[in-house]
Amino acid sequence: MFPEFEDVVSRLDKGQLATFPGGVHPQDHKALSNQTQIADLPLANEFVIPVRQHIGTDGALLVRVGDKVMKGQPLTQSNQPFSVPVHAPTSGVVTDITQHVTAHPSGLNELCVVLKADGQDIWAPLSPCDDYTALDKTALIEKLCDAGISGMGGAGFPTHIKASANNEVEFLIINGAECEPYITSDDRLMREHAESILTGIDILSYLLKPKCVVFAIEDNKPEALDAIRKQVVSRPHVRVVSIETKYPAGGEKQLIQVVTGREVPRKGLPLDIGVTMFNVGTCHAINDAISFGKPLIERIVTVTGKAVKRPGNYRTRLGTPVNHLLSQAGYLADKQKTPQVIMGGPMMGFTLNDAAVPVVKITNCLLVPETHELTQGEDERACIRCSACADACPATLLPQQLYWHSKAREYDKAQEYNLFDCIECGACAYVCPSEIPLVHYYRKAKADVRLELDEKAKSEKAKERFEARKARLEQEKAEREEKHRKAKEARLAAAEKPARKAADATADPAKDKVAAALARAKARKAAQAAQATGEKASAENAEATTADAPQATEKPAGNKKAAVAAAIARAKAKKAAQNAETAETPSDQVVTPADSPAPATAPANDRKAAVAAAVARAKAKKAAREAEQQSAPQSDSSAPATKPVEESEQAPAPESPDVSAEDSAAEAKKKRIAAAVAKAKAKKAQKENENKA
Amino acid sequence: MTVSIALIVIGVLAVAFGLLLGYASIRFKVEADPLVEQIDEVLPQTQCGQCGYPGCRPYAEAIANGDDINKCPPGGESTIKKLADLTGKEAKPLDAAHGEEDVKKVAFIREDECIGCTKCIQACPVDAIVGAAKQMHTVLTQECTGCDLCVDPCPVDCIDMLPVEVTPASWKWDFDKTPKGDIPIKMVS
Repeated sequence: MFPEFEDVVSRLDKGQLATFPGGVHPQDHKALSNQTQIADLPLANEFVIPVRQHIGTDGALLVRVGDKVMKGQPLTQSNQPFSVPVHAPTSGVVTDITQHVTAHPSGLNELCVVLKADGQDIWAPLSPCDDYTALDKTALIEKLCDAGISGMGGAGFPTHIKASANNEVEFLIINGAECEPYITSDDRLMREHAESILTGIDILSYLLKPKCVVFAIEDNKPEALDAIRKQVVSRPHVRVVSIETKYPAGGEKQLIQVVTGREVPRKGLPLDIGVTMFNVGTCHAINDAISFGKPLIERIVTVTGKAVKRPGNYRTRLGTPVNHLLSQAGYLADKQKTPQVIMGGPMMGFTLNDAAVPVVKITNCLLVPETHELTQGEDERACIRCSACADACPATLLPQQLYWHSKAREYDKAQEYNLFDCIECGACAYVCPSEIPLVHYYRKAKADVRLELDEKAKSEKAKERFEARKARLEQEKAEREEKHRKAKEARLAAAEKPARKAADATADPAKDKVAAALARAKARKAAQAAQATGEKASAENAEATTADAPQATEKPAGNKKAAVAAAIARAKAKKAAQNAETAETPSDQVVTPADSPAPATAPANDRKAAVAAAVARAKAKKAAREAEQQSAPQSDSSAPATKPVEESEQAPAPESPDVSAEDSAAEAKKKRIAAAVAKAKAKKAQKENENKA
Repeated sequence: MTVSIALIVIGVLAVAFGLLLGYASIRFKVEADPLVEQIDEVLPQTQCGQCGYPGCRPYAEAIANGDDINKCPPGGESTIKKLADLTGKEAKPLDAAHGEEDVKKVAFIREDECIGCTKCIQACPVDAIVGAAKQMHTVLTQECTGCDLCVDPCPVDCIDMLPVEVTPASWKWDFDKTPKGDIPIKMVS
């Protein structure tokens, strides 16, 4: 049964309202705070502005530590649609951008801008707009977004998204129900700022072109109803309806059901049934943003409970720490056994675990109860299956079943009982004679299910990436094989030209020997010169390297080995010369021609130092490993000799017999080989030390 | 007479159903072993190889061929439970020989100590490390599965496995660590 538009309107005109199932009637305790006018809260010295205060993504920071900002200046910016900026609540200096505890039941930290007020409170230039009808819709919506407005009723949904809906809107419902006990911020706002709220509604009507505007207020707020009715006289298209006081009538889905008789489909949006809803606070903020150009930097916060001296409503800048608000309202510490402040109402709020938490866009109430004003439900007893919870549930769920399955972590079954349709209103827990904190179990189950889905998505992505990588590696392998095959073919083709081959064969060995001999001579000279500079080498490593030296240099090597040795030796010589000039501490390795140049010049500059450090760490790691498995001292002796041979197989050395030519051509290759040898040395040195020790 | 009629009728029915089944087995043929796919779905896809197989899919195939279901430490108890449901085997506690269930971690490279050797890049099964030879490397935290495979190849030990930090978005309504934070949903009226 879906009530048609005409039916709904005629019923509204007759004053007949539908109702929602379940609901509870807790004592409202509203008189505690709704007797006094909204008071302006004196500025705090320091403000903490969380970068994200709405549902969606957070923007990029526009300010840096030390920046001076004006009141109302945007602190973040984003191109994402689901994002609204935050603004400086007063003029001052950004003293820090850090992780700070925020208004969340977890008490975890989030990124915040810390602003030190300068006391001047000077506005940034504003752009008020006298006639919003002169602006087109996109400009208006952009203004709403730039003003940082997100739903102020509790969820914090970005308002510009809702206001830019393209669907046909039959009913624009303004939510002035404020059903939760203790909270009176909307009540006072309606009494004192009715004109502003209605101008906000006019702007929304201009944007959404609804067929009907309904202003719903619970009948326990007669003064607010009067104030709004007075203003509505000049706006006949707005219907003010007084609805029955029943918790949670202020819930979006419940209020829609009360006003229109329509039910929002599960997993659907109110827009799907032609309804959209805004909170009165949001309407007020919209008017401020459009008519006065003021971004959202303050809101009305109810401070109530029997442990405050002056309960009431305070016009509070966003980012004001809770302890400042409490001290202004007169917190009575002796009325509480343990300090307890609840953000939000007693049904859906959460206990703060730090008084430095800042007020954010969705903070409508701070409840400071005296010791026995509320119970904590610590004495949870067994469920007696009385089904009182099912009677109270406004979403017609079966809280008992949900409780069993959530507690047993049978989330599949809990979802079969529509766990995600729970609006967490707390009516079930309120009526439970066994004082089971039912909502707590649902929230936990919901979080677990959501995280499981996230995990699933992540593992899906990991699988994709793993498979992509595997495919890539296989392709690379195929390509490599193809290349090798082609190279082999080319080699075979070349082998068919015997003349060239013969020439190569005769030229190579002789020239190589000469080159090797020359290089060795050079290297020795260089090494001596380096030693002559009189720098100290570390004793242990000196031992190690001298032991290596003969193997590398004096072994009668083949052609290729000789060429490599020559190359390394030249690099050495150059390094050694440099060392002599700079008079740096030459590492022990310089003594032996076959060693690496890299560690030798290690302290020469920062990068080299870093390399040396890295090598040292690598050594340390190796050493630790070797310590466990004692290796024979002889086993490593052949390492330095064989390694260069492997490397040099690809080296172009034999083809370039001329020493000077080779010098320029194979520079890069040499360095690499030298580095490789050095690493091998380092390892060996360490091993030998171990063995000696 | 009646006997022969019965025999003929039964025989005709047998042939008819035989043909029907034969046709169905061709027409509705299942290409791959669906069990392997299902098992692979359940595994956490960290590709860490702690089970002794080179990736999650090979382990899924091994399970389908009768291997134990308790060799996956990243999946932990919940995965074993799901695998038990799927394969009809009994859920066993995690085999300690393959490691223990741990909090979720991601790799972090201490960038000023990285020498740019690319060894970790080659080790990463999901290409979650970016960098080039002799250039500093870094981990794409979003893509990292916390498989640990990059830690060992690092010659300078500059990779740490850091536990994933809990954010308000990933918080599980667990008040054990914030004892004062419970919800005051009961009122004295």
